[in-house]
Amino acid sequence: MDMLICVFCFVFFPPPVSHSQITRLYSRFTSLDKGENGTLSREDFQRIPELAINPLGDRIINAFFPEGEDQVNFRGFMRTLAHFRPIEDNEKSKDQNGPEPLNSRSNKLHFAFRLYDLDKDDKISRDELLQVLRMMVGVNISDEQLGSIADRTIQEADQDGDSAISFAEFVKVLEKVDVEQKMSIRFLH
Amino acid sequence: MFFLFLLPPIVLDSGYFMPSRLFFDNIGAILTYAVVGTLWNSFATGVALWGLHRAGLMDPGVKAGLMDFLLFGSLISAVDPVAVLAVFEEVHVNETLFIIVFGESLLNDAVTVVLYKVFNSFVELGPAHIHATDYVKGVVSFFLVSLGGTAVGLLFAFLLALITRFTKRVRIIEPLFVFLLAYVAYLAAEMVSLSSILAVTFCGICCKKYVEANISQKSRTTVKYTMKTLASSSETIIFMFLGISAVDTSKWAWDTTLVLGTLLFILLFRAVGVVLQTCVLNRFRLIPLDRIDQVVMSYGGLRGAVAFALVILLDGAKVKAKDYFVATTIVVVFFTVIVQGLTIKPLVTWLKVKRSDHHKPTLNEELHEHAFDHILAAVEDIVGHHGYHYWRDKWEQFDKKYLSQLLMRKSAYRLRDEIWDVYYKLNIRDAISFVDQGGHVLSAAKLALPSMPSRTSMSESSVTNLLRESGSGACLDLQVIDTVRSRRDKEDAVMHHVLRGSLYKPRRRYKASYSRHFISPDKQERQDKEIFRQNMKRRLETFKSTKHNVCSSKSKARLKEKGRKKKGISLTSNSPNGKTQRNVPWQEAAPVLVMVSSDEEESNSSETEREDDEGIVFIARATDEVLQGKKTPGSLDVCPSPCIIPPSPTLAEKELPWKGDQADLAVYVSSETTKIVPVDMQKAWNQSISSLESIASPPGIETGPQHKRFTCPVLEEQPQSASQVTPEQRSCFQFPSHVSKSSRSQSDSSPDGTEQQELQPLMAAEEPNRIVPSTEPRWLIQFNRASHL
Repeated sequence: MDMLICVFCFVFFPPPVSHSQITRLYSRFTSLDKGENGTLSREDFQRIPELAINPLGDRIINAFFPEGEDQVNFRGFMRTLAHFRPIEDNEKSKDQNGPEPLNSRSNKLHFAFRLYDLDKDDKISRDELLQVLRMMVGVNISDEQLGSIADRTIQEADQDGDSAISFAEFVKVLEKVDVEQKMSIRFLH
Repeated sequence: MFFLFLLPPIVLDSGYFMPSRLFFDNIGAILTYAVVGTLWNSFATGVALWGLHRAGLMDPGVKAGLMDFLLFGSLISAVDPVAVLAVFEEVHVNETLFIIVFGESLLNDAVTVVLYKVFNSFVELGPAHIHATDYVKGVVSFFLVSLGGTAVGLLFAFLLALITRFTKRVRIIEPLFVFLLAYVAYLAAEMVSLSSILAVTFCGICCKKYVEANISQKSRTTVKYTMKTLASSSETIIFMFLGISAVDTSKWAWDTTLVLGTLLFILLFRAVGVVLQTCVLNRFRLIPLDRIDQVVMSYGGLRGAVAFALVILLDGAKVKAKDYFVATTIVVVFFTVIVQGLTIKPLVTWLKVKRSDHHKPTLNEELHEHAFDHILAAVEDIVGHHGYHYWRDKWEQFDKKYLSQLLMRKSAYRLRDEIWDVYYKLNIRDAISFVDQGGHVLSAAKLALPSMPSRTSMSESSVTNLLRESGSGACLDLQVIDTVRSRRDKEDAVMHHVLRGSLYKPRRRYKASYSRHFISPDKQERQDKEIFRQNMKRRLETFKSTKHNVCSSKSKARLKEKGRKKKGISLTSNSPNGKTQRNVPWQEAAPVLVMVSSDEEESNSSETEREDDEGIVFIARATDEVLQGKKTPGSLDVCPSPCIIPPSPTLAEKELPWKGDQADLAVYVSSETTKIVPVDMQKAWNQSISSLESIASPPGIETGPQHKRFTCPVLEEQPQSASQVTPEQRSCFQFPSHVSKSSRSQSDSSPDGTEQQELQPLMAAEEPNRIVPSTEPRWLIQFNRASHL
């Protein structure tokens, strides 16, 4: 079964993910999957204790599940994790005309953007930003303060004056940030 | 003389002020370059020079064999920390590059020393007498020397830290201890022929953290300036000697080929070595070292005084070509330091090397960077990544638990809070500048201190006002002091500080510029609890809104996680403020209102250092349809394994007094809430209640009907007894006593419940909860507890 999955992944997956990584991730997948039905549900993720003390933990868990579904199979699991592969030099040159790899800078940023943008309108509204801020900030900050921070943040990023941050504005504001490093795990290298 | 007096201060200085986090982050690369690189360099250079000699290109006066050349190669190939430091500090390349080159220069001493000694002994023996075992001995001695030197250094670091712990009465001589012990480490290593430079380096690196915490402010300043002074003067003297020797022609003899050949070869082989090693290293590094970095690294391999000292020490009788070597070394050192040192800066600019980034992050960047770090930490946890950070985490734990307690003074240990440090320093700075301005201390209130926003802007910026009022110590920025800013800038700065002070620190991710892992244990715990609480709250809300009547194991599993000792679950705050209400549809019954309000959040301002609860109001109303006994078990059956937590190895069991009592607690405390709150959640609910109790320990409750305690256990053992009906009716009455009991037990277990058992869910009882429904159609539990303290 293991090998079948691996083959399955090999066939459907872009080769850059190596075989040993797939096996390792698969064993992690099975260890998380308590129900042993080959898919993970939200509870399986929530069982990881460290996620409970991560402010963005729930949102990240949600990011694994495709729209409206409650189960994620191994392929979906890998797909989401593939966003976090480090960007390699040799990938920059080849495959210019193919689809952009999942771990490109733009896709990484898109992943983060989707975590903010809950209603999927491709904009981070003030409320969404407030929600995220609230999650990430300690309790000794009052709502008004948060509100002003949120306003300021939108002000800095907003260029078309719609009081919301679109994806393009998001990318622009983060152009100096080393996203490739910050959103990559060596494990997946 | 050089080795005895001039070198130790330099090495100590570099070790002491080494950014250790960066150092250990890149230790792999550093070690590779130091060991492998130096070996390669020395062998290649030596052999190449020998080849030149054999080819007859050299002056016949140079009487040297292979061993001599190898010896020369070993001493000339060592990158010198002094020169590197001096040059790179000027240039301000990015941190990684700097630390790699610099770390390499420090660590390659071990290799150099060993090689030097080995070859020296070979030369003395004469080539004819060398056996294979000698080579093996050489290799073994390398390991011995380096590891031994490190061990000596660590030992003395430990001693030093320990000593400084007890020097409270003798503050004056604290700096003396630092220097003394470091020097003793050096001597000790020298005596047993171990690598003394390594000893001093590691002594400096390791002792710093503890020593800085233990010694007084004045001593810290003294140590810092003395070290710098000593190091600079030693450096100057060394180069002076170098210059003098250059002029003194009796000491050296010139051979063009040798000189030119050496220059060429060291540059060439260094470049080759760097490229090869980088290729290998890049496979293991997250951030690959690119071409430009490699160029800088190879160009930045400066030779300096160490090489010179070593060459002078050569025994002229044994090494006949000593004078030539001396001349060559002088030229090499001059060339590298002057030519390479001077040109490296333009080179760096020309190549557009990534410089250290000094731009102030915008709010956006800061926020999103934080978010990224959280995301990455979460993904790492999902993947179960036990990489480097895992070991670092382990080391931090070990350090926190044992070393710091042993080596640091109690007062220092408690105060290890960086934000407090910043605040404190700023206060001091304020005070000093205030007095400098000629103000009288007593009239301090009148003057505007530099770090305070000017009075005119006070009214403008509400955020600033709030910050002032809330007194959160995190909100002062050093930059505010220096520049006069516009109001907008001030607001900006203030917001930055607000964010920085209050953003949750992500776990396990370390950046050199951001001292994230210096969160004091309380702060981390507090943060964890806050986050946990919010997460639970959110999950509860999602649960309630999405799941209609089936209690889900998922929320149960989560909620079973450790109820925080000091914070309970605060559901949406309510009734007094008339805020939102949550409806929990329970089964098909009419929705029941759960209104919970707690003033926890308001009370958890930074003013109160302890997390006290102002007041907790639990209001629960139940409608009658809900209270059908038979439905309850039915619903429980629907729940897939309601009370069983999947035994995950990382989730330990939390010992809670009412483990088997959930029914009863439900009955007493929240028999209504059980109807309202799904079965699985009540446990966490109850935990939170009891945890709230445990802190508050309100006198009223404590002195309350304690004798009732004894009735509780009786009832608790019979979760399914029909007598639960009666307790219900007396629920108002029973509640306090039960809670007080649980609070007591909670406080007993709370010492265990801290730190180490961070996330331990309740071990659910195996049998499902048989909730006995209340027959009372409608009633109210209201429990108000006044704040204490």
